[in-house]
Amino acid sequence: MSIYLDKTSKVIVQGITGREGLYHANRMRAYGTDLVGGVTPGKGGQTVEGFAVFDGVAEARDKTGADVSVIFVPPPFAADAVLEAADAGIRLVICITEGIPVHDMIRALAVIGPKTRVIGPNCPGVITPGAALAGIMPGHVFKPGKVGLISRSGTATYEIVDHLTRNGIGQSTCVGIGGDPIIGTVFVDCLEAFEKDPGTDAVVIVGEIGGSDEEDAADLIERRGFTKPAVAFIGGRSAPKGKRMGHAGAIISGNSGTPESKLAAFARVKVPVADSPSDIPSLVQKALA
Amino acid sequence: MRLLEYQGKTLFAQAGIPTPPGHVASTVEEAVAIMRAYPAPSVVKAQVLIGGRGKAGGIKFCSNADDVVEPAKAILGMRIANAQNPEGEIAHRIWIEQRVDIAKELYLSIAVDRASKRPIIMASAMGGMDVEEVAEKHPEAIARYRIDPAMGYSSFVGRRVAREAKLPKEIWNQFASLLGKLYEVFFSAGAMLVEINPLAITKDGKLIASDAKVELDDNGLIRRPELASWKTEAETDPLKERAIKAGLGENNYVQLDGDVGIIGNGAGLVMGTLDAVKQAGGNPANFLDIGGGAQAALMREAVNIVTSNPKVKSLFINIFGGITRGDEVAKGLIQALASGGWSKDKLVIRLTGTNEKEGRALLAASGITSVETMNEGARKAVALAK
Repeated sequence: MSIYLDKTSKVIVQGITGREGLYHANRMRAYGTDLVGGVTPGKGGQTVEGFAVFDGVAEARDKTGADVSVIFVPPPFAADAVLEAADAGIRLVICITEGIPVHDMIRALAVIGPKTRVIGPNCPGVITPGAALAGIMPGHVFKPGKVGLISRSGTATYEIVDHLTRNGIGQSTCVGIGGDPIIGTVFVDCLEAFEKDPGTDAVVIVGEIGGSDEEDAADLIERRGFTKPAVAFIGGRSAPKGKRMGHAGAIISGNSGTPESKLAAFARVKVPVADSPSDIPSLVQKALA
Repeated sequence: MRLLEYQGKTLFAQAGIPTPPGHVASTVEEAVAIMRAYPAPSVVKAQVLIGGRGKAGGIKFCSNADDVVEPAKAILGMRIANAQNPEGEIAHRIWIEQRVDIAKELYLSIAVDRASKRPIIMASAMGGMDVEEVAEKHPEAIARYRIDPAMGYSSFVGRRVAREAKLPKEIWNQFASLLGKLYEVFFSAGAMLVEINPLAITKDGKLIASDAKVELDDNGLIRRPELASWKTEAETDPLKERAIKAGLGENNYVQLDGDVGIIGNGAGLVMGTLDAVKQAGGNPANFLDIGGGAQAALMREAVNIVTSNPKVKSLFINIFGGITRGDEVAKGLIQALASGGWSKDKLVIRLTGTNEKEGRALLAASGITSVETMNEGARKAVALAK
């Protein structure tokens, strides 16, 4: 079992004829994802490395039945690609692109209705180990199982998942929600989905400095919107104020986004926070015991 | 990217927001010429991003071409510091603007609100002081309104905010009109924050922007490329510029003040690495994320950038290869060491993930052993810096 993505998901890649898009389309297909084609405006009708290319998302959806799109479109055009996918009725839109103007995303997300879930931008995507990969994650470190993972960072996820897998703890679904200040799906959305998923017994929350996503997750747990065991990690605890640490959204501005506030929020709802990624497996085992 | 006051006021004035007439100078001669052309009681303000310039002596007064000389001399080149930033910032420019007779000071800003994914308007009748302090001590004094971007700005929003912030009734309409123009600046410049503190009410009842604080979204500069050229000294750092030149992004290099140089792939992993070094009792000298799929040439330049910081005593490279290949990392590192920029005795590398075998074999041939875990690497790197 899983959230958002499973074996039946039909995935297209927007920007499939670009270097990144094609490279990752191949990796997704090799992982076992049902990758049914891709979109590059003006290149419809071609076939690249076995992938059917369409001029637009609506056409791709009509011809392939796609319900998931993974976007590798360059920053100036990426919000347009997100809107096009939503307009075509795509259920799950995963935007990998880093560097999209914040105001582009504010406007796009303001008009996209509840039928479409946007994940990202600036995210590594979603993986349901053993079933499907929609994104850029290195599939070999993941292992099917019953622990969900949600994360604001790609590589911190790989590091933590590697520790889980080496300790025999498999994952139901891992969602990289992205490192930008304005993103389509936040921790709370994922926790609500994991709550309903019978295939998930516990969740690892990989947060970082900046914003209030971790505090909002703690609030959800407090009002019993999420009742399964959870453990957390917070990256950037040693970062100075006012400096943007790699992710556009990883910044402590004034009194907001501090690690202290996030640690306090998780402590209030008794979610243990690991000091190091290597401590996560034992915390998960303890939480499940 | 943060703008200096005069740059922010330029954007405000272009949108029709009233600002005091003023001019920018970077030399005493320019200041004299400005006062000769516009003789009037004026304020000379240091153009810095750091807060607390008034207390530090960065704001002075003059009224003609003769008495501008002393303030201009004093402020140009002045280093302005505060408690958070003791190193401070040098004032390379001054802004000379005509004095305004102020009756009352208000506060007004629009920022990106991450939780609601909307712009948030904040206004208060308690202007001219630190807004975070006001928020803490008098939370009821600040009115907030999250605006639906699909609707955009409409005058009722301004009237509502003015009423809730308890602004004087006589200026409600003026305020609503000014807020509409500020919203225009916010969206058209791709700002993360536009703030007017104080927003002054003059003795004759007019609103005027006495200060301007603007932070632009770096990613939004692709929509307003002319604003990218407004970048000033305080927003640039030589090593960061080198990282950008090597093909990295605006946020990939961050200068810190410790002595353990850090290179990793991916923002989250690098943040985790900094935390591990701190936990091991050390202090990171920098944050450097080589991104995904880095080639040897980029890795080589990354090593050169980090080790050119004279404070760096040891170097910790932490790679968890997904798209990034271990052999490329190893090649780049070996090239950098071969060119003599750094010694392998002051280096710790943890190399794992894609092509780790190939990478580790290359390192072994150069006498370098990869550590197994991030925490072990952090401890060793901290010990080497002692």
